Parts: sequence; structure tokens; C-alpha cells
Amino acid sequence: MDIRVQQAAFALGQELERFAAGRPDTGAVVSFTGQVRDEGGTLASMEIEHYPGMTEKAISAIAAEAVARWSLTDCLVIHRYGRLAPGERIMMVATAAPHRGDAFAAAEFLMDYLKSRAPFWKKETGADGVSWVASKEEDEAALTRWDRTP
Amino acid sequence: MIDVLYFAWVRERIGLPRERVETSAATVAALIEELSAREERYAAAFADLSAIRVAVDQELTDMDAPLQGVREVAFFPPMTGG
Repeated sequence: MDIRVQQAAFALGQELERFAAGRPDTGAVVSFTGQVRDEGGTLASMEIEHYPGMTEKAISAIAAEAVARWSLTDCLVIHRYGRLAPGERIMMVATAAPHRGDAFAAAEFLMDYLKSRAPFWKKETGADGVSWVASKEEDEAALTRWDRTP
Repeated sequence: MIDVLYFAWVRERIGLPRERVETSAATVAALIEELSAREERYAAAFADLSAIRVAVDQELTDMDAPLQGVREVAFFPPMTGG
């Protein structure tokens, strides 16, 4: 398990290469990347705040659960904080498993939980001023599908 | 003494990121009541508790969580990671 919370940008291709390499036990690697979305061309920047200390713990707990539930051979989470421009990468997850079904499911599980159980908050600066991104009901609802064991 | 931390708009409304609070509150809910009675900015931040999440010693919990032996309490809006 590799968990990183950082301000700096990361090299997506390089991270994925390194994560996938040297795993004869792994038949499937799935990755997801989140980027700053500018809906309607009005976003100037996004500021991501987090809770140092808790963030790493929360992500580690979520990742450990994913590894246990889907028998992953490994997983990687990188999440940035600080000020980001539209189109910049915010985060990535990658999962490795013997078979793709587990790798896909675990990646979705990680994303659902990172969305609303890891202490990050997004603030957007745009043409209409500054506003905190509100959480969505569907993000909370997305967690319930993981309630029962797979 | 408990370290109380605020994040995102809760931090902005209260006007500081963290403070040390001398309290005998038994639960998170009681601590919120104490803080809200202090000053209007606290009352404003805690006006709608459905919009507040809480972590005690860096673990998500709820308003009934006990505070005995606790070092750190954090208040923040629902998280928006990913």
C-alpha cells in the first residue's frame, strides 16, 4: 500500500508504470485519475484543504479495507492539496489484483470512500467569486452499495 | 484542555484554524453548546448541525461521542475529496 498526500504534481504515467511493474501474481491493474473540472469556462482555480494527520490515517484505513475485501496485491493512492488550476490532476488511485473484477470494484470502492470519508474540502474561485464545493447526496448514497460483503 | 480544530467554511466562520479549549463538556454536543454560547461567530458556524461533521482524535464520529481523555476534536463540513 502506497498512500501519499502532497502538494506537488505527480507524473501519472510514471506512477502507473512503477505500480504495475514486477508483479507476476497480478493479472489486472486498474487506475482512476481525478482532474480539476471547469464547468462552463468560469473556474479560475481550486483550493484543496485537508486535515494533516487524519487525512493519511483515513486514506490508509480505506485502502486497507479495499485490499482485504478484494484480495488486492497492492493499491496506490495519491491525493494533492493546495491551489490547482483547471485541468490539473487532483488525485489518482490504482489497484492491482489477480483478476480485473476485483481491481475494478476496489478502485470504485476507494473513490466512493475518498470522496466523502477522507478529510478534504474544495473551494472554487471563479467568475462569481469564491465558494466551497458542497457535498452531494448521491456521494453519500454511493457508500451504501458497499454495505454488504461482496 | 482539548485542541479544537476547524476546517473549510467552519474555520472561516469562526475565524481561526485551531485553539486550545478549557472545557468540562462530556460530549461533542456539549462542547458545541459551550462554544456557541461564547460568541456569535461560533453560534453562526454551528447553527445547522446537519452541515457539521466531527472527528475525535482524528476518527470520524458523531455528536454523542464522549470527550473524556480526548486530545483533539475537529469540526468541518461534509468532505469533498476525490
